[in-house]
Amino acid sequence: MRLQRLAETDRTAVSFMLDGAPVAALEGDSLLTAILAQDGGYLRASEFGDGLRAGFCLMGACQDCWVNVEGGGRVRACTTPIEEGMRVSRGMVQP
Amino acid sequence: MSIVIVGAGPAGTRAAEVLVGAGLRPIVIDEAPENGGRIYQRQPNGFHRTARTLYGFEAHKARAIHDSFDRLRTSIDFQPRTLAWNLQPGVIDTISDGKARTVPFAQTILCTGAMDRVIPLPGWTLPGVFTLGGSQISLKAQGCAIGARVAFLGTGPLLYLVAYQYARAGAQVTAVLDTTPFATKAAQAFGLMRGGATFAKGLYYIGWLRTHGIPIFEGVTPLAIGGDGQVEAVSWRDARGISHEVAVDAVALGFGLKPEAQLADLAGVPFDFDPVQHNWVPRMDPGGQTSVNGVFLAGDGCGIRGADLAEAAGARAAWAVLAARGLAVDTRAVASLDARLAAGAAFRAALERAFPFPAKLAAAMADDTILCRCEVITAGELRAAANEALATLPPPEVNRAKALTRIGMGRCQGRVCGAAAAEILASTLSCPVEQVGRLRGQPPVKPIPILPAEAA
Repeated sequence: MRLQRLAETDRTAVSFMLDGAPVAALEGDSLLTAILAQDGGYLRASEFGDGLRAGFCLMGACQDCWVNVEGGGRVRACTTPIEEGMRVSRGMVQP
Repeated sequence: MSIVIVGAGPAGTRAAEVLVGAGLRPIVIDEAPENGGRIYQRQPNGFHRTARTLYGFEAHKARAIHDSFDRLRTSIDFQPRTLAWNLQPGVIDTISDGKARTVPFAQTILCTGAMDRVIPLPGWTLPGVFTLGGSQISLKAQGCAIGARVAFLGTGPLLYLVAYQYARAGAQVTAVLDTTPFATKAAQAFGLMRGGATFAKGLYYIGWLRTHGIPIFEGVTPLAIGGDGQVEAVSWRDARGISHEVAVDAVALGFGLKPEAQLADLAGVPFDFDPVQHNWVPRMDPGGQTSVNGVFLAGDGCGIRGADLAEAAGARAAWAVLAARGLAVDTRAVASLDARLAAGAAFRAALERAFPFPAKLAAAMADDTILCRCEVITAGELRAAANEALATLPPPEVNRAKALTRIGMGRCQGRVCGAAAAEILASTLSCPVEQVGRLRGQPPVKPIPILPAEAA
């Protein structure tokens, strides 16, 4: 899946590290948007082996968008703003 | 002693305005970085879309709420990015940027809002499936559509509104799939007309979608969301029993709204089942006062009434707070708010009846469908527990089922699966859904880091 940017694309570019690889996003993106606007987007692997997750409610209620931020621990991607140079990793299982 | 308003949406803003008008300085707590709530959520700094683009017909209301809040900023103690995670007599426990704090209150007005009510179906945990409300937030707050080809599945006025907003913003809306048949809506036409402009706008969205060639199916039975590792298709059965499938890469899912009433629950406010909304709602008087000393409620967090009535209810609850403090009350203002709330109730009831929660759909969920997405518990596991353990280990209600199956014990605390779980349990036990009760709230109402919680 991939989020489609329909508007507000003239914002300042931000770069961050996603699972060790450099990735571009835009200032004002949530971590969720920054990650899911990439190809093949997902945020985490379910701990129960039923596959990948990419969040659900986008309003801080479902807790299904947790990712790891270096130095910040586990955060909710939908309510965490992206920051330049952030180092983000997704879950324990890499597909 | 302070007054604490939880939630800076339409209800919280109007409540603060009345209190400031009376010379008080309320504390206003919100989990979000800015005011506005969900419906009038502000876009981040650096975004430039106009209020008209963001909020459509409601632009003037959004602007009015934002302007009012901006005027109040110096007269209130606004604490954004702050989660109120527990409520005990006279104290709210909060956490902000990892720092815990207890906030004492003499009176609190809980304006905690609502979230989507969901009925799971096969494939609903795939990347690309989001709530309807979440899909709207993605567009409003981030300028993003949830996919390149989006299906809108569920029921309620929000289904058509968000589909319309997506299409207007340039997204490809592949289909609108409404579980409510046309006849159910048509039967409420008289009651809906009491909504005046609100009803007219609803009709406009549907008409706009139709004239722009967006397929709308009514009275559908959702079948599944398909895909390998991500959404690739959605399938449904139409009202005539014919199955359809279309290729999509995202699905927006929602069946009306339900109150986020966890803090009222922790406060000890009793709840009643509202058969029209098909929701459990905290008990209060028409002014928002509860039976718990100092606890007042307003907005969708105490029953779904929509943004316009949330504004009225917020102001009304603030007057009730002033009365409780023995301060002067403008009885004409109160009478006018009461009249607005009473007039709005009839339209709201018609709206709920026009888009009823399809409880039977939830009750009929296939055994192997994931019901709880937090802990991957299926509908069948709940039914098995209901059939076996609940028969021998009463009482047969949802909190007992939670203990036996972990339904509602995951990190969302049953916010997502609770409504559907109650329907499955009730149908398995052959009793009315209100008889199986509701999942009790537990602090913290959302996950918080353990260390600061202990330091508090």
